[in-house]
Amino acid sequence: MKFTIPIGPQHPALKEPISLRMTVEGEVIQDADIRLGYNHRGLEKLAEERTWIQNIYLTERICGICSHSHATCYVQGVEKLMELNPPKRGLYIRTLVAELERIHSHLLWLGVAGHEAGFDSFFMYTWRDREVVMDLLEMISGNRVHYAINAIGGVRRDIDEMQRKKILDGLEILKTRTEYYFKIGANEPTFVGRLAGVGYLSKEKAVDLCAVGPMARASDLPQDVRKDDPYAVYDEVPFDVCTADTCDVLGRTVVRIKELFESYKICEFLMKNLPPGDIAVKAPTRAKPNEVVSRYEAPRGENTHYIKSNGTNKPERLKVRAPTLANYPATVEMLKNGFIADIPLIFAAIDPCICCAERTVNIVNARTGEEKILRFDELRALAEERFKKMPPKRNAVWPF
Amino acid sequence: MAVLKDLLYLIVYPGIIFLFVYSTFCEWFDRKVYARLQNRMGPTHTGRWGILQPVADFFKLMAKEDIVPDKADKTLFNLLPIFGLAIVATAGLLLPLWHYNPAKAGFNSFTGDVIVVLYLLSLPTLIFFLAGWSSTNLFSTIGGTRVLTMLFGYEVPLFMAVLSPAILANSWRLVEIAAFYQKKPLLILPNLLGLVIAIICVQAKLERTPFDIPHAETEIVGGTFTEYSGKKLAFFRLMTDIEMVVSSGLVAAVFLGGFPGGLWLGLLNFVVKTLIVIFFLSLIRALTSRIRVDQVVSFAWKYLAPLAVLQLLIVILIKGLLL
Repeated sequence: MKFTIPIGPQHPALKEPISLRMTVEGEVIQDADIRLGYNHRGLEKLAEERTWIQNIYLTERICGICSHSHATCYVQGVEKLMELNPPKRGLYIRTLVAELERIHSHLLWLGVAGHEAGFDSFFMYTWRDREVVMDLLEMISGNRVHYAINAIGGVRRDIDEMQRKKILDGLEILKTRTEYYFKIGANEPTFVGRLAGVGYLSKEKAVDLCAVGPMARASDLPQDVRKDDPYAVYDEVPFDVCTADTCDVLGRTVVRIKELFESYKICEFLMKNLPPGDIAVKAPTRAKPNEVVSRYEAPRGENTHYIKSNGTNKPERLKVRAPTLANYPATVEMLKNGFIADIPLIFAAIDPCICCAERTVNIVNARTGEEKILRFDELRALAEERFKKMPPKRNAVWPF
Repeated sequence: MAVLKDLLYLIVYPGIIFLFVYSTFCEWFDRKVYARLQNRMGPTHTGRWGILQPVADFFKLMAKEDIVPDKADKTLFNLLPIFGLAIVATAGLLLPLWHYNPAKAGFNSFTGDVIVVLYLLSLPTLIFFLAGWSSTNLFSTIGGTRVLTMLFGYEVPLFMAVLSPAILANSWRLVEIAAFYQKKPLLILPNLLGLVIAIICVQAKLERTPFDIPHAETEIVGGTFTEYSGKKLAFFRLMTDIEMVVSSGLVAAVFLGGFPGGLWLGLLNFVVKTLIVIFFLSLIRALTSRIRVDQVVSFAWKYLAPLAVLQLLIVILIKGLLL
């Protein structure tokens, strides 16, 4: 019997609205269809009306988890446009926050993977230890989620000796805990049984469908912007690109845990070799007319910002390509021939950040399936008309 | 006097009132153990140590709005929670707790009652399937079919595991099985394998992690219970709790020597032994992740069923050679 299961726009496996329509036969998925556009916020348009400095805080709010990734990607692009050279110490601190963010993002993902697989103990433990790195981030920047550490031309806050020691201590705790999670993630039979062989994505397919980040690296594709096109101070820091050759969700888990260890290594190196000096240079308010593409390895994969300036204090165009968007085509491929039970795992394995990837809204009539594009004022007129037609709202009735 | 005793038996102990109180306590115990194993606090607010939380949950659900889907089979949809509750409560009456005569069979203890309990404990599975099917939601339907698929996995090993101590005790009556092991406690040891199998199967029967596939939240929303709300959901939750008490009571009666000692000592025996079983159930729940439905069936037939046969063989050999 063939039928279509609507996963989303509201579903317990999804933390943000997206619609996955699965055509299944029994428990096996025949076809998958992804529909976006439930969470469009118009950030790119908004960016055109704000100054270069205001936009740092706007881009930071593209995503709640890789907030530093978007802000850094944007700031690096603007620095290129303004021909600024941030001082070494500033870049070290920027990289440190980036790596701490990667640690927190990967720990969060491990918990989510545990929860999607029904392994709630794993979820509780990883999220408990994520607090360690969240506290470190709060100590460095003053904020837990939107760190606001970046400034054009450097960073806003310095690190003192006491903070340096605390960071090193925190990293030690995280290291021992992560070793434990590696042991569980790779050995607990029910967990491995759920992950192994699920969501297969061959190396060739990963190349064809432009998979990025841990997804590509789990398909044995050593692709990492930090190595391929080093930004900040990644050319000075020793680290390895982690890959796995199993091409499944287990591989993606292993890649992320290995990356945690690499991040600890990077953070330790940065803290032990922190150069003295200034943390920022003064930035001009205007940028010459030019355009730039900035690349950044976010925890979820390659993040790209295209920035065009026209000589004023505002960008003419800011285009954001979040890593999740790049991974959607591969997701459809992975979902095919899987089980219904694997949908949340496969989808979670790309570490989706749905509202980061929302770029347009498509208005579809639910009854006729007719699609059209509306201007904002038309949309508003439509809403007003609908509101007028609505019957007066009854008071809620107590059930007995 | 006999009638009064019967009424007390049906209504107070171990009838519906005791089952309600004790099953909510067991739910609290399970939640607390599960939470402590996950480094959480668990319920803390309602009552001392949060002990009244399950009761509060029950009454809160009773007061919530009750929605019946338009397309659902309304009679079936409305009646199933009550049927389910009645069935598991009836099964609870057959546990050898109090008010039975070891020499003479009565309405609550007779030859073959172990089979009747097992049968009554199989019915909730059917109730869940029908509940999922009658609510006509896509997720419920998938949940319902998963319930039945799992049934084919764990039911046979459970029957074999529970019946092997009965074979050793040479009786089909719970009281006599328990009395046999009270007389010869050493003979509990050869049944340990069966105990492990029975606990795993009970875990599957209660649909708890790693076998919570029929209502896997992240896959099929609420599974069988997606469309249930308010009173009916409260009844279903109470039913699952009572089912947990009854099945752990069955395991304790068959494998751990029953509940000797009359009213009070028997009650103490019952509480301690069922809590031991429930502790193991919580442990499994905390330590594993959910598996797929095909993995359940293959696990049951690859490992549980052969081990249950091995348990039967051990019992038959011991019976032939030693007794």
